[in-house]
Amino acid sequence: MRSAVIVFPGSNCDRDLAVAIEQVTGRAPAMVWHRESELPDGTDFIALPGGFSYGDYLRSGAMAARSPIMRAVSDAASRGVPVLGICNGFQVLTETGLLPGALMRNAGLNFVCRPVGLKVENSQSLFTSQYDAGENIIIPVAHHDGNFQADASTLDRLEGEGRVAFRYTEQVNGSSRNIAGILNDAGNVLGMMPHPERALEPAHGNTDGRRLFEGLLETVAA
Amino acid sequence: MKARVFVTLKPGVLDPQGKAIHHALEGLGFSGVQDVRAGKLIELELADGTSDIAIEDMCRKLLANTVIENFRIERLETAA
Repeated sequence: MRSAVIVFPGSNCDRDLAVAIEQVTGRAPAMVWHRESELPDGTDFIALPGGFSYGDYLRSGAMAARSPIMRAVSDAASRGVPVLGICNGFQVLTETGLLPGALMRNAGLNFVCRPVGLKVENSQSLFTSQYDAGENIIIPVAHHDGNFQADASTLDRLEGEGRVAFRYTEQVNGSSRNIAGILNDAGNVLGMMPHPERALEPAHGNTDGRRLFEGLLETVAA
Repeated sequence: MKARVFVTLKPGVLDPQGKAIHHALEGLGFSGVQDVRAGKLIELELADGTSDIAIEDMCRKLLANTVIENFRIERLETAA
């Protein structure tokens, strides 16, 4: 699998994500700077890391979404290449329009940084095939703007089409219907606030995030 | 010329910052504040003759996220 991790000024989970991808796939991802206009040839998985791209100026993810590399990411996504956006990466995907809705300031105004319970709502996607439907897992979150909002018809459509990938099992940030992660209509773009790369090996205290990367590897390699 | 862009949350969109400001005002003893909504003011210094359409395009492409925000443009013609 040829992975690419996009690096924006202010990204800070890019190296953790690269370690996770290399551990699971056996191949280090290309680290692609936001000013590039093309992805390496043969890229078959793109990951947008967490962090604070552009210092969250204007809106979280707003500036990063307009950077040159995002045109190449959008083109790749439309060709079916899997794209995973974690935390700030999720914010960038909504700002780019690759995913619907918006991520607003947490309802409680506090930065939330702790492991949270998630329910796997869709275990059929190319990211979640190693989980059981309805399985409860624990993945850490660390964000200030994770409050997912969309209008009621968009939310109904997401639910009806099985595009809610993960749902919080507890109150975390005020997200509509406790949504923690969503898929695009084609199913190849996943945005999620929790950090699966922080629950990868026993030293992390929990390995629930590992199966996301394993599932992806199995699908892409197949 | 100058233009001001006011970016505000759409009605019905939860505004946690507005709520916090509201609570703080109450804490200071100001009564009668019924609701607070926080927004952004962006001032643009523009080449003369920049069209309304161009400014609207800036708003839609970057300055506002129209999923959750409205924008209003105010042109300030500089004195000759």
